[in-house]
Amino acid sequence: MNDSEKAELPESPMSRRRALGVAAGLVGGAVLTGTTLDAKTQVPTARVPGAMPAGGAAVVSAPAAPLPVAPPDASMIPGIASGPLSTRSPFEMPALTPVGITTGSSLTPLQHIAGTITPSDLHFQRHHNGIAVIDPHRYALTVHGLVDRPLVFSLEQLKRFPAMTRTCFVECSGNGRSAFRAPKREMTPQQVDGLTSNSEWTGVSVAALLKEAGVQRGATWVLAEGGDAARLSRSVPMDKMLDDAFIAYAQNGEPLRMPNGYPARLLLPGYEGNMCVKWIRRLEAIDQPNMSRDETAKYTDPLANGTARQFSFTMDAKSIITSPAYPTRLMGPGWWPVTGLAWTGRGRIERVDVSTDGGRTWTEAELSNPVLSRAHTRFEHMWKWDGRPAQLMSRAIDETGYVQPTLQTYRDTRGAGTDYHFNAIRTWLVEQDGSVYFGG
Amino acid sequence: MRTTWAGVVLVASMALAGCRIESKEEFAGVPAAARATRLPDRLELGVAATPASIASIDIDANPAGAGLPAGEGTHAQGIPIYAQKCASCHGAKGEGLATYPKLVSADTLAGFPFGKDASIPKTVGNYWPYATTVYDYVHRTMPFTAPGSLTPNETYALVAWLLAENRIVPMTAVMNASTLPKVQMPARRHFVIDDRTGGQPFR
Repeated sequence: MNDSEKAELPESPMSRRRALGVAAGLVGGAVLTGTTLDAKTQVPTARVPGAMPAGGAAVVSAPAAPLPVAPPDASMIPGIASGPLSTRSPFEMPALTPVGITTGSSLTPLQHIAGTITPSDLHFQRHHNGIAVIDPHRYALTVHGLVDRPLVFSLEQLKRFPAMTRTCFVECSGNGRSAFRAPKREMTPQQVDGLTSNSEWTGVSVAALLKEAGVQRGATWVLAEGGDAARLSRSVPMDKMLDDAFIAYAQNGEPLRMPNGYPARLLLPGYEGNMCVKWIRRLEAIDQPNMSRDETAKYTDPLANGTARQFSFTMDAKSIITSPAYPTRLMGPGWWPVTGLAWTGRGRIERVDVSTDGGRTWTEAELSNPVLSRAHTRFEHMWKWDGRPAQLMSRAIDETGYVQPTLQTYRDTRGAGTDYHFNAIRTWLVEQDGSVYFGG
Repeated sequence: MRTTWAGVVLVASMALAGCRIESKEEFAGVPAAARATRLPDRLELGVAATPASIASIDIDANPAGAGLPAGEGTHAQGIPIYAQKCASCHGAKGEGLATYPKLVSADTLAGFPFGKDASIPKTVGNYWPYATTVYDYVHRTMPFTAPGSLTPNETYALVAWLLAENRIVPMTAVMNASTLPKVQMPARRHFVIDDRTGGQPFR
């Protein structure tokens, strides 16, 4: 450390906060050291006048990562005043990763999700040319093609239809590709399978919109197209559109988050995420699939037998243990919950089995109620760890009798070069010192 | 449609465990789909879409040629357009740069080996099953920084360039709404419809 750095340090908010933190009895300091809080999402102590008057002013202009500070006893001092939006505790720092993506994916931190709902700001994102910024007052959804009455719906008009609310997962069909192609021991649940999220969505059924327009005979597909810079387009079978497809304008009780399609998106429960077109601008009733790039060159599954599977819409049953998982470390033998998420695009999860011995024996896990169709389902198995190396696996079985395949079966059946629908059983390796690593 | 709505009502009724809906007062807690059965067939929401408003966004083209606009282009006409608008990302010869995909592969691959080896780049020539998709996608999304800015003639010229470089059509071929749907892509015969059905066996 040179002199100039020494000279700056006492001035830096960081060191002031550290000092205060130590003096005040820093809560959670050990786990938070070295982490970065976004300047906008942190809870600056400036808002905690009663708690930390001196440190607060400095933190507001903090260029570097401040540490959260809690009073030694929150019951001995008035708390902070309410604000227009609540913020996460500064001790909780879940984050999508990677970020800064315009064409690509940002993954949900599955290891930080409890229960089944994905907080809206942690819903995974997959963009094909950035996040569209759309003025809701100028938003329009056009329904045309083989219909009697081509119609344009404003957002307000969409909200005048009977609303439907349902919880379902959205999973990118490329979810798990890196874990399959290039597995690494140091992969988190987020990195393995973070391209799936689960929300309560509210909107209007596509059937109602199509009824309003009057679908003509011969209309067997519907082209769905987004209003983003990718003008992403997919052909959806008319049967699915009339069954349970809906245009969602709300997510977990509030308007859609911008990266998830604000102000409106298509949702096809159980179908691959790419088809759930965000920023939806038109639905065209057509008499044959459009063969758009994302249903031919992409989102098709090359197989070992020299074919490529097309229109593989449904996401099959899958599960992943989200804890314990890398980088968690079990602090000693004893009872540990083995918990995770299971889901299937074909209905309800019937059962989830957990193995702690690499698949030699299986035990049925508990499923948290309610088990919803085409939605994330939480499972848990209480495991008494004896302190010896173990291999944790989960195996989902859905209501059709489908059993999540082993990695070997998956690879043998699909081929090493297959490109989507990676739903093989995942393994976590527990080592003697309690370290947990991804085992493929 | 009628059948579908009846199905919705049936499911909703089952969910109500046999409860019969007699009056508005009983609607509380009833699923929206069941309430909707008391509604007219149409709510008369939305406004008529004008041909002009539809035309402004109806940009797709399908394998039968529907949606392909007037205009045409050749490989020769595509050369300067490709150099100016495409090469900076996809490389001078369509070889791909960094994360921007390779577009051209003139060599024939025996046995469509993509399922065995993920490292083989999928290109217009070796993987795309329909030629009209090239028009649809290029016109829809390219260039990446100015999607939708290519004229039909420019797009046809780029499609001709891509198909000729991939040795799908002759260098002299003219691409237009009539010729493009007739182009047979070698990969097409390898595509099969999804045969997964749930249950067993794993496919």
